[in-house]
Amino acid sequence: MPHDHPDHPHALLPPDPALRVKALETILIQKGLIDPAALEEIIDTYQNRIGPQNGARVVARAWSDPEFKAALLADADPVLVELGFYGRQGEHMVVVENTALQHNMVVCTLCSCYPWPLLGIPPGWYKSDAYRARAVREPRKVLAEFGVTLPEGTSVRVWDSTAEVRYLVLPMRPEGTEDLNEEDLAALVTRDSMIGTSLAKVPS
Amino acid sequence: MTRVHDMGGRFGDGPVVPEAEDAPVFAENWHARALAVTLACGALGQWNIDTSRHARERLSPKDYTRFSYYEKWISALADLLVEKGVLTREDLQGQGAAGLHALAERALKADAVAAALAKGGPASREGGPKPRFHPGQAVRVRIPADSALVDGGHTRLPQYAAGAHGYILWLHGTHVLPDSSAHGLGEAPEPLYAVRFAARTLWAHAEHPEDEVVLDLWQSYLEPL
Repeated sequence: MPHDHPDHPHALLPPDPALRVKALETILIQKGLIDPAALEEIIDTYQNRIGPQNGARVVARAWSDPEFKAALLADADPVLVELGFYGRQGEHMVVVENTALQHNMVVCTLCSCYPWPLLGIPPGWYKSDAYRARAVREPRKVLAEFGVTLPEGTSVRVWDSTAEVRYLVLPMRPEGTEDLNEEDLAALVTRDSMIGTSLAKVPS
Repeated sequence: MTRVHDMGGRFGDGPVVPEAEDAPVFAENWHARALAVTLACGALGQWNIDTSRHARERLSPKDYTRFSYYEKWISALADLLVEKGVLTREDLQGQGAAGLHALAERALKADAVAAALAKGGPASREGGPKPRFHPGQAVRVRIPADSALVDGGHTRLPQYAAGAHGYILWLHGTHVLPDSSAHGLGEAPEPLYAVRFAARTLWAHAEHPEDEVVLDLWQSYLEPL
């Protein structure tokens, strides 16, 4: 049986969230259960090293290399392992391709599942009640709030991340980018375009 | 019946407010601390990802709704630490025993962080029941949607899909069943499928006749049609 506490232990900690975190962290450090240096390492990893720049590299390469793209869409995991983009919250990756006929968009209605090794820690809006509640029922209205209007002939497929499979959207390559190299292409790939709430940028 | 976290399709939440692409990863310093403390505690090996998700889901509806994202994390972590006997209620009140904890030797060290994060924790398993469904097959989602194993227990079947008719898109493989794993009942791995549903079968006022929603659903969540 799950325990539904009438008096959750967390209420014993200070109510202010910053103080609540600090209090728990202090208790755990005093008992040797967490190492302050490890906390710094975790924060540094997700603040500075792992983020949407990883996903953007994958997308730019897929735009440039048809064989790579075919392998990525067929079975992403071995391709991403080879690039070093495997890890926590990215153990089972599926890449879904946007086309003129179908636009893909990713949500986690039950919590906040997100492909960390490729996109880092999800932005606040992705974890918001509004996005979690509405993305599956009215994705086009949500897209409009991101400034995106799809043509009538484009269907929307929303992926609700209910298991340990994580989805990355391969956005459509913008027109007028034929001459760009992978690095310049990667600069057009936004985080939101790989979640599917936006499109890749058009070169200025 | 379902719990407060199961909000897919809910009405009344208002607009999504996008943040700039270059907004800080952590809006507040304590958000970063909450994430790091939670991950570091996970490394103590006293629970799995399904247990920790369920701890957040078991926050009272009032707390779940009023807490911000990382408040949910840190509060559920405190609850879990006490529930699993790692900390006592006295510890949380600053009145616990002094000195090192018996689990201290398991604490994640800084030089092990990169390897631990890179290693991840795959949910796929060998064995388990044979796949019952094939791509393209019509299926119906079980109803009711609440956990078949534990009353009020963890499940990854959203309420909005209960009873819905869909089609198997593909088989992901055999994955740990969260409904079992969250409660210490074993991993009970099962075939996991991507299943597509026409939006108009889920919602009375779907936006477009061709739109679809895809969910990842375990075999025991599905029945043949």
